[in-house]
Parts: sequence; C-alpha cells; structure tokens
Amino acid sequence: MRKTFEPAPDPVIVFDNVQKTFNLRHARSLKQTVMAMVRRTDRFEAFNALDGVSFAVHPGESVAVLGRNGSGKSTTLKLLSGVLRPTAGNIYTMGRIAGLLEVGAGFHPDLTGRENVYLNAAILGMSEAETEARFDDILEFSEIGHFIDTEVKRYSSGMYARLGFSVAVHAEHDILLVDEVLSVGDAEFREKCNRKMSELQSMGKTMFIVSHSAEQVRKLCQRGIVLSHGNVIFDGPIDEAITAMQQKQR
Amino acid sequence: MARMREHTAAPVLEASHKPSKYTIPGASRWLLDVFRYRHLLSLLLKKGTTTRYYGSVLGWAWSYVKPAAQFFMYYFIFGKVLQIDKGVDLFPIYLFSGIVLLNFFNEATKAATNSITGNAALVKKIYLPRELFPVSAIGSAFIHFVPQIVLLFVVCLVFGWQFTWAGLISMLFAVVIVFVFTLGLGLFFGAINVAYRDAKNIIDVALMFSIWMSPVMYTHEMIRGVLPAWLYNVYLVNPMTVGVELFHGAFWGPLVSNPSAPDYLLTNTIAAMGITLGTLLIGQIVFRRLEGNFAQDL
Repeated sequence: MRKTFEPAPDPVIVFDNVQKTFNLRHARSLKQTVMAMVRRTDRFEAFNALDGVSFAVHPGESVAVLGRNGSGKSTTLKLLSGVLRPTAGNIYTMGRIAGLLEVGAGFHPDLTGRENVYLNAAILGMSEAETEARFDDILEFSEIGHFIDTEVKRYSSGMYARLGFSVAVHAEHDILLVDEVLSVGDAEFREKCNRKMSELQSMGKTMFIVSHSAEQVRKLCQRGIVLSHGNVIFDGPIDEAITAMQQKQR
Repeated sequence: MARMREHTAAPVLEASHKPSKYTIPGASRWLLDVFRYRHLLSLLLKKGTTTRYYGSVLGWAWSYVKPAAQFFMYYFIFGKVLQIDKGVDLFPIYLFSGIVLLNFFNEATKAATNSITGNAALVKKIYLPRELFPVSAIGSAFIHFVPQIVLLFVVCLVFGWQFTWAGLISMLFAVVIVFVFTLGLGLFFGAINVAYRDAKNIIDVALMFSIWMSPVMYTHEMIRGVLPAWLYNVYLVNPMTVGVELFHGAFWGPLVSNPSAPDYLLTNTIAAMGITLGTLLIGQIVFRRLEGNFAQDL
C-alpha cells in the first residue's frame, strides 16, 4: 500500500470511461448479407461488453479483475493488450506490457522448443540480445532439459504449458497481463509459478490478473475490481472484492 | 462503495489530451511498424522456411521439382502440340522467365490473403502490427522465388547471356513492382478475408486467370490483334504484364536477335508503378479500417 506522504506516482494503466460494443453479426456470408438487406432485417445486434469502465492502476500494484463468465473480464484484458480497440473512451498505458494470454499461443508445433522460445519471446516484444541473455533462465525454469531441441508437438501438454509460461514470465516488461493461466502444470510447478509471480511483484512490476478463481488471486493481489455485465460494481481491497463477487453470485 | 470512489477518483487523466509518456494500446503506424519488428519478422520468415518442407524427404528439392514439372508440361503442350513457339526464338527461356515471376505472384498473393486467418491464434491473443503477417507471407514466398531466379540465370548463362546494367535494372524493377503489387492485394484481400471468407475464393479464381492476363504463354503481339485498342493498353499497363515483359527483357531479350518488347515499355512501367502504389495505398487503408475488428471476427 502506498504511503500517504509520498507524492502519488502517475498511473501506468488508465481506463477512462471505456465502452466496448460488439456487433453480433447475423449475416455470416455475402449471400446472407444481401438477403438481410433485401428483407430489411437487422444484420447486426449491438451488445455492450463494457459499459463505461473507469479505473487507474499505479506502478507496483497487483490488481485482480473478478467477475462471472461474460462480465467483461477478458474484454478488459484484450483492450488493455491492444488486441481490441474501445468503441468509446480512452485507454492509456505506460511501459512495456507482456501478456500471459494463453501460454504458447505463438508456438509452432513443427519447430523445436529452442526455436519456439526465440519466436515467442520476439512476439512478446523482446530483442534477440534480451532473449539470449535470458535463455538459460527460461530453460531452467521450464524444466524442459534436453528436450529443448525436440519439436514441441512431441511435448506433453504440461511441458508445452511450462515452456510457454516460462518465456512469458521472463519477458522484459513493466506490466504483466495474466489470463487464467495459473492452472498450468502440476501442483509443484504451480507453486513455482506463484513464487515467481511474487518475486516479480517484489521487484515492483505491475500485475493485472483476470480470474474467476478467488483463492488464486487472494494470495497474489491486493486490489480487486469486480465486473458485472460490463460495469464496475466494486473496486477496493481484494478480500472485500471477493466478498462482493460472492454476494453478487448469490 | 465509498472506497470505490476513492480509487477511481485517483488521478484519472483528462480525456482530451494524451500525455506523451503514455501509449494507446493497439495504436500502430501502418506498414512502418513492420520495420520496428525486424527481429520478429526475420524469425517469422525463418519459421516459414524451416516448416515449409518439414517432414518431407526431398525437402527443398520440391522447390525445383514443381516449377520444372510445370515448365515441361507447358513447354510440351504450348510449344510442341499447339506450336505457339513458331516465330519465338528460344521459346523455352521465354516461357520460363515469365512463369517464374508469375509463380511468385500467385504464391505470394494466395499466402498473403490467408495470412491473417492462418495466424488467428496470435491475432486474437496478442497485439502485434498485423501487417507483419502478410509481409512475412510474401517474404516467405520471395525466399522460395530466389532459387528459381538463380536457376533461370544459370540456364541463361549457358545460352550465352551477358551482363548489362539495363538487364539488371529491368529485373530489379520487375521484382519491386510485383512485390509491392502483391503486398497491396494481400493487405486488401487478407483483411476482407477475415470477415468474408469469400475473398479467398475470389483470389483463387482470379489467380486461375492470371497466367492468361500477362504474356507468359504467348507474345504480346499475338493478343494485340485480338483485343480492342483500349483493352490492349489496359493489358499492357497491368503490373504483371509489365513485370513479365521486364523479365523477358532481362533474361530472354539478350539471347535472341530480335526480342519484340511492346512499344512504350518505359511509359508502361511508370504507369504500372503508379497502379502498384495505388493498390498498396488502397490495400493499406482498407486493412487499417478492418484491422480493429480482426480479433472479434476471427
């Protein structure tokens, strides 16, 4: 928690009245589009995934975004990573952002583990020199060992996830986005992941975690933002946020 | 709820001006961003080359087998059976120099059109300048095209080809025109293909015609008599026609006594460059407009 006598640092993430509207397309092809135009039926149906969400995250904070399925959690994360753009409102970020969005999304099955580490690191915005400097750490953390020069399609799903997590967590970043990936690997590796995340936290990195599992985030985060139907219904200490979410569910 | 106010009322910035130290997620600088991601681009190209013939015994030999088989098929049917080679000296080289360039165009356009949908996992998960995908698709096709040019070059050397600056410049211009034209088409159809997969089929059909819409199998003189004058002119400024004619000038021209280049080839080249740049501009603008919806349409 920030001391009151320190000057408030500028936030690293700003969501300013962000709205995201999806057009649910009813016409799936050119033919259906033309048919809909002829019949004058609606080709689109608007749906607000986020409806005027505002918050600011300060450096070093670990924030959990909580909420039920369809509450807008993943949309928030995608907007933050830049994959989606807001319909209205503004989002600003400061510093490098790395996403743990579904580990191994950038893996190619026919490439070796080593080649995939370089490729995935580059996708996360790391330069060649940075990847080389961290390669040994990545390898050690992933516990892949000499399988690193085998094609990843021969990996077990646990190995695949471990390598993906390892690359992401070693990426050079100021803000780490995490999307329900703490469930990778066995219990031992999960424990290791949690330790690594705490370590990153103590280094002053900002973390932004999306989850619907209360127990996982209770240990990692100090602050929780609860979303419901695209609105912020609570923003405050994590324990109260979890209570607020559970009350909402009842 | 009091606590919530406290948090959100923390220094939320004025919406109207963005302080310079902040960035907006997903804001890109058009194609220029691709150069910022050179390292990633080189890895994507490497991925394209290493996985291309993964698991095949002959591997890169297929890059030669396929064009060679295609070449002999066309040579036999068009040269010998239909006897188009009457009056065209060294018809095999004429044919080969055009076909090599056309193959690059076809492969690159097709790959670029499918590049966004093919990388759906990445496009949906992580922000990268999306132009990277068509550019790397065309780059991979280009890497595949280089050994074919080398082969063509060696064959021409055997027939007594001699270096000229004009030849080299013609070849470079042809490659640049076709590359940029493909990039424009690839951005345009690649972006449309995300929402309407019809684009892929449109490109498939269009590429079927491409071999007839430039003087690869026949000479431009043969078509001059058939087309009305205005259509013939359109045909001549088509960037692929210009590219193929420049390739003929670079490789086949020096080997024969009277290479018949079309009149005003220089003017046509300039016009084709204009069309090419226009295509690129339109492709990029359409790509930009549709890019925001990629993640939700895939």
